[in-house]
Amino acid sequence: MADQIARRRSVLDGWALPSRAGLASLTNAGTAARFVYRGAPELVGDAFGVSLPTVPLRAHAQSGRAALWLGPDEWLLLSAEADGSTLAVALSSALNGKPAALVDISHRQVGLIVSGSSVEALLNAGCSLDLDMTTFPVGMCTRTLLAKAEIVLWRTAGDTFRIEVARSFAPYIVALLDEAMHGIA
Amino acid sequence: MLLITCPYCCTARPESEFRYSGEAHIARPLEPATVSDDDWAAFLYMRTNPKGLHAERWRHIHGCGRFFNALRNTVTDQILKTYPAGTPRPGLGAPAEGGR
Repeated sequence: MADQIARRRSVLDGWALPSRAGLASLTNAGTAARFVYRGAPELVGDAFGVSLPTVPLRAHAQSGRAALWLGPDEWLLLSAEADGSTLAVALSSALNGKPAALVDISHRQVGLIVSGSSVEALLNAGCSLDLDMTTFPVGMCTRTLLAKAEIVLWRTAGDTFRIEVARSFAPYIVALLDEAMHGIA
Repeated sequence: MLLITCPYCCTARPESEFRYSGEAHIARPLEPATVSDDDWAAFLYMRTNPKGLHAERWRHIHGCGRFFNALRNTVTDQILKTYPAGTPRPGLGAPAEGGR
């Protein structure tokens, strides 16, 4: 009997991610370990290595890890995929016996990086937030809607956003942004 | 499109991120077994349905996910104030608009 080998595939494998030279481009953020944590922010800050932001709509990022504020007691924790299992153990033991919830959602969603000088106009094709630097500065993150899909939007640099979207919505988001790229200048 | 200020996110957000969840400040009786059928029916079904200022629950479902309360004028559809769930209905510093 031939050996059975499970091969890991991303939902975006085989998709040509769109770009328009100089204006905007879409890239796959690659695999990541992701957790949704609900509870008191101080319980996991030390174990995670990055303090959890308590200011609404802010993200803290440091040495490859990031904690994104999603709600008053809810955070999205991002890390390298290789750290996932050790991080899960470290966070769980920090929470031992405490009233909190930690859910591994690493494979539930995919990350997309959108960047370029017209990135705000591109995202505004489906997102009604004001993405100007004065109202949506670097380090701001939020759960919101991009057309019909719920996303987490995080501004990591002046002309770069990270989108976290449910795996099943990823092809829709890529197709939507592909269309939208025809309309930006 | 309405802009609704979420009291948890502290910013004005588009209406499409929110869901309406009925009238606010309706407390479930602590001991349902002791409540008469008429009172229970009133708790379940009877609402004030005012023409004018209405305190109602909203949920920022595509944002922070939290329930909060809003004072909305049902005539003009203007949301005058939003406040966290569990806090008492605030005054507006002016006579309430509309009639009950």
